[in-house]
Amino acid sequence: MSAAAERPSPALRTEAMEALLVERGLVDPAVMDRFITTYERDVGPLNGAKVVARAWTDPEYRERLLADGTPAIAELGFGGPQGEHIVVLEQTDDVHHVVVCTLCSCYPWPVLGLPPSWYKDPAYRARVVREPRTVLYEMGLDLPAGKRIEVWDSSAEVRYLVLPQRPAGTDGWDADALAGLVTRDAMVGVATVAAP
Amino acid sequence: MSAPPGQARLDVAGPAAPPRSNGELVFAEPWESRAFGMAVALADAGLFGWDDFRDRLIGRIGAWEAEHGVDAPDFRYYACWLDALEDVLVDGAALTAGDVAARSAAFAERPAGHDHDHADHAH
Repeated sequence: MSAAAERPSPALRTEAMEALLVERGLVDPAVMDRFITTYERDVGPLNGAKVVARAWTDPEYRERLLADGTPAIAELGFGGPQGEHIVVLEQTDDVHHVVVCTLCSCYPWPVLGLPPSWYKDPAYRARVVREPRTVLYEMGLDLPAGKRIEVWDSSAEVRYLVLPQRPAGTDGWDADALAGLVTRDAMVGVATVAAP
Repeated sequence: MSAPPGQARLDVAGPAAPPRSNGELVFAEPWESRAFGMAVALADAGLFGWDDFRDRLIGRIGAWEAEHGVDAPDFRYYACWLDALEDVLVDGAALTAGDVAARSAAFAERPAGHDHDHADHAH
């Protein structure tokens, strides 16, 4: 087969699309650079970790966060695209929440950054709904048989942030120290926060 | 033995902070970051609504899964993203259906090293 019969590579098509849009005055490469840099360097799970740590150390903040996530998250300075309506799900002794976007990749960018590969993977998106306990086990989370699992499917309107349980052995820790324990996976619900 | 709170304090603001260390590269290849930045910048400028892009992305991902199955190992998320971006731009008449293919073909004809041919670039 000749190479000419193949579809151009996505890299070439991306370059072509950008060139066309720049020529037509529809996109500014500097604006693109700003968004790319923001999500490569500035916006990531550390934001969510700060929200979680604040909720662990400030009961009134936790109440506000659970009642209405978006404004409580904005109190810490986090907001923007894909964060317009964030619902916070609190892990308890009885219920374990796990988040998916079955149709594509909806994810709360302002608090977690862009989603990891496994979150976008067709197998995770299909299987976590059908067999959440097995999928979580395969990802390293072995939940007690009696614990109920609730799977939350992100929609066009709602993004979810999981509030993990605070681990034992952290009495007296301040929010900065606690934030260092909180992982992205725990805030999606595929892990718990390990004791230090 | 656990450290006292003062010593357990981590550099949570630095690039190696723990919540990032269980992460991964945000973009596997440079073109993925351009495709991402283009979609976000265009939506931010109001060229299309994010939900319209999302609908096209759902369509492209669904079509890929229908063809390959959900267990196929070679799913390329940003290839779907790029196709969806072209779809929504064609919908809105910012591009016509053949524009990207034609320009890609033209770019493919460039000689090797095309991006190093500045006149003042001495070798």
